[in-house]
Amino acid sequence: MSATPPAGTASLKLARSNRQSPARKRADRFGDMSLRLICAGAAVLAAVVLFLIAKEVIEGAQPAFSKFGFSFITHQEWAPPLEKFGGRGVILGTLITSAMALCIGGPIAISIGIFLALLAPTSVRNLFSPLVEMLAAIPSVILGFWGLLILGPVLVSTIEPFLHNTFGFIPLFGTPQTTGAGIFNAGLILTIMVIPIIASVTRDLFMAVPRELQDGAAALGSTRWEVIRGVVLPTTLSGMTAACLLGLGRALGEAIAVSQVIGGGTESHISLFKNGGTMASIIALQFPSPVNALHEASLYYLAALLLVIGMASNVLANYVGARFSGVGATR
Amino acid sequence: MRRRAVHQEFDPTQPLVATGNLRRRHAVSRVVQSLAVAAAIAAVAVLVIVIWAVVSHGIKAISWEFITRPAPKGVAPNLVGTAEIVGIATLMAMPIGVLIALFLSEYSGPRSTRPVQLLMDVMNGLPSIIIAVFVFALLVANGKGQAGIKASVALAIIMVPLIARGTQEVLRLVPAAQREAADALGVARWRSVLTIILPAATGGIVTATLLSVARAAGETAPVLLLSSLATGDAFQLNPFKEIPNVPVRIFQLSEEANPEGFTEAWGLSLILIAIILVLGLGSRYLLNRSKRKLAR
Repeated sequence: MSATPPAGTASLKLARSNRQSPARKRADRFGDMSLRLICAGAAVLAAVVLFLIAKEVIEGAQPAFSKFGFSFITHQEWAPPLEKFGGRGVILGTLITSAMALCIGGPIAISIGIFLALLAPTSVRNLFSPLVEMLAAIPSVILGFWGLLILGPVLVSTIEPFLHNTFGFIPLFGTPQTTGAGIFNAGLILTIMVIPIIASVTRDLFMAVPRELQDGAAALGSTRWEVIRGVVLPTTLSGMTAACLLGLGRALGEAIAVSQVIGGGTESHISLFKNGGTMASIIALQFPSPVNALHEASLYYLAALLLVIGMASNVLANYVGARFSGVGATR
Repeated sequence: MRRRAVHQEFDPTQPLVATGNLRRRHAVSRVVQSLAVAAAIAAVAVLVIVIWAVVSHGIKAISWEFITRPAPKGVAPNLVGTAEIVGIATLMAMPIGVLIALFLSEYSGPRSTRPVQLLMDVMNGLPSIIIAVFVFALLVANGKGQAGIKASVALAIIMVPLIARGTQEVLRLVPAAQREAADALGVARWRSVLTIILPAATGGIVTATLLSVARAAGETAPVLLLSSLATGDAFQLNPFKEIPNVPVRIFQLSEEANPEGFTEAWGLSLILIAIILVLGLGSRYLLNRSKRKLAR
């Protein structure tokens, strides 16, 4: 009701008064100026906040950085009472869980994007799209809680022994533990979290691929899959990369759900079924009660690393997405 | 195989069905399509399984006492606390988000659009734990202590890019003809922004805000670092004190191995997920309505 275009009379009245009174003119100049300044000010405020975030986190990391330098990244031991800190274990944990999320979630999510954009009839799409997005709306703390109580026991009783018995010769699939909490569980939870993100971005990408290109390929005798493989996927390659980078950013930075299901730990190992930690989850677990000043600084160090990686993946996604959008038909 | 198909003699009495290579290509296509369908079904199945688990376990905890009494019997202070923290965050984030969207759609030139847009994308992609650590360093560290309003600040930082993007999308839908009509009548820009463009976009702004509220209500990392010391045995409305809230309570209960605590956490999860889904569906409905209205 209020959203309908305002009646012409009000605008007319305004227009007339505009022309006639110099006071009104001055007021308008002032109004224009101030609204522009306020809007620009809000944008500047956001920039300032982002700058402050970087500044505070890096400043907090300063003591740890001056003590350990870059060897922090490769050093293994994490022993707060002994003032010994090395990030290798949690960095490895972060890489493994995120890689797992992307390797499992990426193909599934892109398939979902293909299904929603190209295969499903409109009515099915209108039903499934909101459902997939709903998956993204589940709070991470609830997903983590579910992963701990429901998914964990299932994993430890069925899937982990199976994988261990079948692929046990690969060090990734070590001996399962008793609780079901561990890196494997965390990777699966992260998979669930990245799927809706990548799926909804790629769905929009695929829907933007021009109809003529697809029809042309189909007219040349391509099957549906050949249209997708030959036309849709190549034209949206950059967009899909950007979508996966967005998913990666989410997976790297997820703290709460991971800290619930990963079991806690800072050792460096690559067995999927053992306890572990990621950078974000260790921050969430240990930041509220640091043992000593250096411990706190080391956690800031991890946060700074996370900030840099997270920003880089976002900027890269933005760059990749924008760089090639003119070539393909991405937007 | 293909060669044989080519050299086969054409028999007009045979029915027209794909043979040889073409049949293989059709089969591949069909397999891939069913894989895509299976992927979509799997995602929805996960959603159903998670929600079913929350509902079936959570329903046991829900009672009138549970939602109206403080701990140990209920969780009312946590519910009120989350509402307050998110409410204050919305009051902070909404004006800023809308103003940034206005800047992007009405005022920014080609040179300033890209960086501001990138800024919003980067802020949107920042892990919430980093934002929590930042607010902790700025407002809580050095003995300043936790407070609900500090959690609100962190949530507001998370909400601003969401609101800005949503608002920007609707502002883009406001017909150019309306702006041009206002310009042609000599209406000053700020008047047309405030009296024509913003009212037309109200529906979209409300939608974006509701969506960001749904997101903020479930954010745990900020409240864990900034307002986690109150457990919910009493109501706390003063925003300058630690305010009990829902996500932290679920997190703490999930860390303790206590079956009764788990039941309470399921109950809280059910309430939280119900609120979030209602907000999400409501905003979707509103968005569709306002888009239809703008498109008319």
